[in-house]
Amino acid sequence: MARLNVEIGSLKLKNPVLTASGTFGYGTEFADFVDLNRLGGFIVKGTTLNAREGNDYPRMAETPSGMLNAVGLQNKGVDYFINNIYPTLLDIDSEIIVNVSGASIDDYVEVARRLAPLERINAIEVNISCPNVKQGGMAFGTTCEGAASVTKAVRNAFNKTLIVKLSPNVTDIASIAKAVEAEGADSVSLINTMLGMAIDVERQRPYLSTITGGLSGPAVRPIAVRMVWQVAKAVKIPIIGLGGITSGKDALEFIMAGATAIQVGTYNFVDPTVTSKIVDEIDDYCHRHNVSDINELRGII
Amino acid sequence: MKKYILDFVVRHNEKLGGRFGLLKLTPANGSQLPEIAAGQFVQVSVDGSKTTFLRRPISINFVDKVTNELWLLIRNAGNGTEHLLSSKPGDVLNMVMPLGNGFPVEDATGRVLLVGGGVGTAPLLYLGKILRDNGLDVNYLIGARTKDELLMIDNLKEYGTVYISTDDGSAGDPGLVTQNKVWDEKWDRIYCCGPAPMMKGVARNARKSSTQCFVSLENMMACGVGACLCCVERTTKGNVCVCTEGPVFEINQLTWQD
Ligand SMILES: Cc1cc2nc3c(=O)[nH]c(=O)nc-3n(C[C@H](O)[C@H](O)[C@H](O)COP(=O)(O)OP(=O)(O)OC[C@H]3O[C@@H](n4cnc5c(N)ncnc54)[C@H](O)[C@@H]3O)c2cc1C
Ligand SMILES: Cc1cc2nc3c(=O)[nH]c(=O)nc-3n(C[C@H](O)[C@H](O)[C@H](O)COP(=O)(O)O)c2cc1C
Ligand code: FES
Repeated sequence: MARLNVEIGSLKLKNPVLTASGTFGYGTEFADFVDLNRLGGFIVKGTTLNAREGNDYPRMAETPSGMLNAVGLQNKGVDYFINNIYPTLLDIDSEIIVNVSGASIDDYVEVARRLAPLERINAIEVNISCPNVKQGGMAFGTTCEGAASVTKAVRNAFNKTLIVKLSPNVTDIASIAKAVEAEGADSVSLINTMLGMAIDVERQRPYLSTITGGLSGPAVRPIAVRMVWQVAKAVKIPIIGLGGITSGKDALEFIMAGATAIQVGTYNFVDPTVTSKIVDEIDDYCHRHNVSDINELRGII
Repeated sequence: MKKYILDFVVRHNEKLGGRFGLLKLTPANGSQLPEIAAGQFVQVSVDGSKTTFLRRPISINFVDKVTNELWLLIRNAGNGTEHLLSSKPGDVLNMVMPLGNGFPVEDATGRVLLVGGGVGTAPLLYLGKILRDNGLDVNYLIGARTKDELLMIDNLKEYGTVYISTDDGSAGDPGLVTQNKVWDEKWDRIYCCGPAPMMKGVARNARKSSTQCFVSLENMMACGVGACLCCVERTTKGNVCVCTEGPVFEINQLTWQD
């Protein structure tokens, strides 16, 4: 096997393959299909201070090579995670990263503060880019000031690895990445979903209860690769790339564009074993191309 | 119940009337079918359709332990189902299965009524077999727009008495299933799967006669395994995933209004 270990802040991952928040549940939903210990880690569902019921049904629509979703951060709140879910994850030998969301800066800070003492949580991913909630969410992620202020506040509350997840719904994603780097983020992950919309013309109404929603899947991949490449040129902190990854080859596009690690999202729904296959395919690629360490491929474009 | 991701070979593809067809499949690797409860579903991948990206949820219509076959009753609703219906013997379909919780059968007794509308009849065939094997008096009430859209009636008759309602009166009682004369009788339990308005009507009848009633929902799904939270139904416990907490619900768990 080639050397696949990568580092994100103080996180040491056994390989660059992570799962994207909101697409892999708490990992356990996929335990019948994937050996969770084979993954670099997984990022659990968006977690907020208080429980949220999410948006009304319908929340999804299939679109060309992808889907729209409007889940709206349904979750049982951070305390439920700590008391009921975290204890069930302790046997898993790969990194567990919690995706943190909030409607206000105080919310983000409080969730981060409560997660900080958990021994197995070495990193959080702060979601400043959710297009499906009315306040907060994406609003923070679309201006440099908003992104910087959330990062700064959470940085003070959480001294382990801090990843900030960026929104693609901006004109200049590199400037946002620079703003969060300046406030002490250890890493940025990109991209979250792109704001989209689809209409059922037979019924003459939108498919989603929220009218607009987040587009994900292979349809967004070229945009995501481009954004990772732009951000890689602008910041020094490690980048986690995602958006439409379905194979080792797709993952390597992100790595060559400058990502240190990658996440697999929507494609888990199509092939629940895809993450494990991607680990094998990256290894196979390294053998075919005489690459002894995956880090050699990073940012070669 | 453990979930599998398995390739199945198509053994038979039978055209039923109208937009319907029946696929009979067996595991490609020759293994025995896993344990399956009536009312569970599969997420089948549709390879080679230009537009279909996600898997399609389809109810398990029947499990034939003798021939080791799994049956899927499919209605052509769009590109994905059309592609499935065009498969030929020997074609391979990949499935994630068995999913969902199925109909509760252990505590059922006496005379039961299984109400199906359109392709919603699908999960009731295997359910009827299980209930009949458990010694219950199984009765089906099947609704369709017209005679030609009645599905698998002869198969259903193997497990119970079949009552029919058609909108145009071309077979059985004229009108909706909720207007059928079987509602004059007393039932110990009702199971129902079909279009939402029909299930709501059946739930109303059940409530009126204080009969316990289970319905199987068909909310739109992406993952089918409880990860994406797209398929939620509002219940007395808040929004829950139909793919894991359902697809079968007791009507009093739902927030359907009369
Ligand atoms: C648990 C469950 C069990 C099901 N069992 C069966 C079955 O046994 N046999 C069968 O033929 N169908 C069944 N369905 C419905 C089937 O999944 C949809 O008809 C199918 O996904 C449509 O895909 P398509 O590509 O053919 O059509 P699309 O082009 O995707 O859609 C065509 C139309 O169907 C609607 N549609 C899409 N998905 C669904 C859905 N999940 N439920 C209702 N409408 C939908 C779309 O809004 C659109 O108007 C089941 C659905 C669920 C959730
Ligand atoms: C159903 C669904 C739910 C999601 N929930 C979250 C979430 O809670 N928090 C978050 O940061 N991103 C969420 N995302 C975005 C994904 O993590 C990912 O950024 C996006 O889908 C792009 O990757 P993909 O194309 O591989 O899916 C969600 C995506 C989907 C499809
Ligand atoms: S379809 Fe994904 S949670 Fe039910």
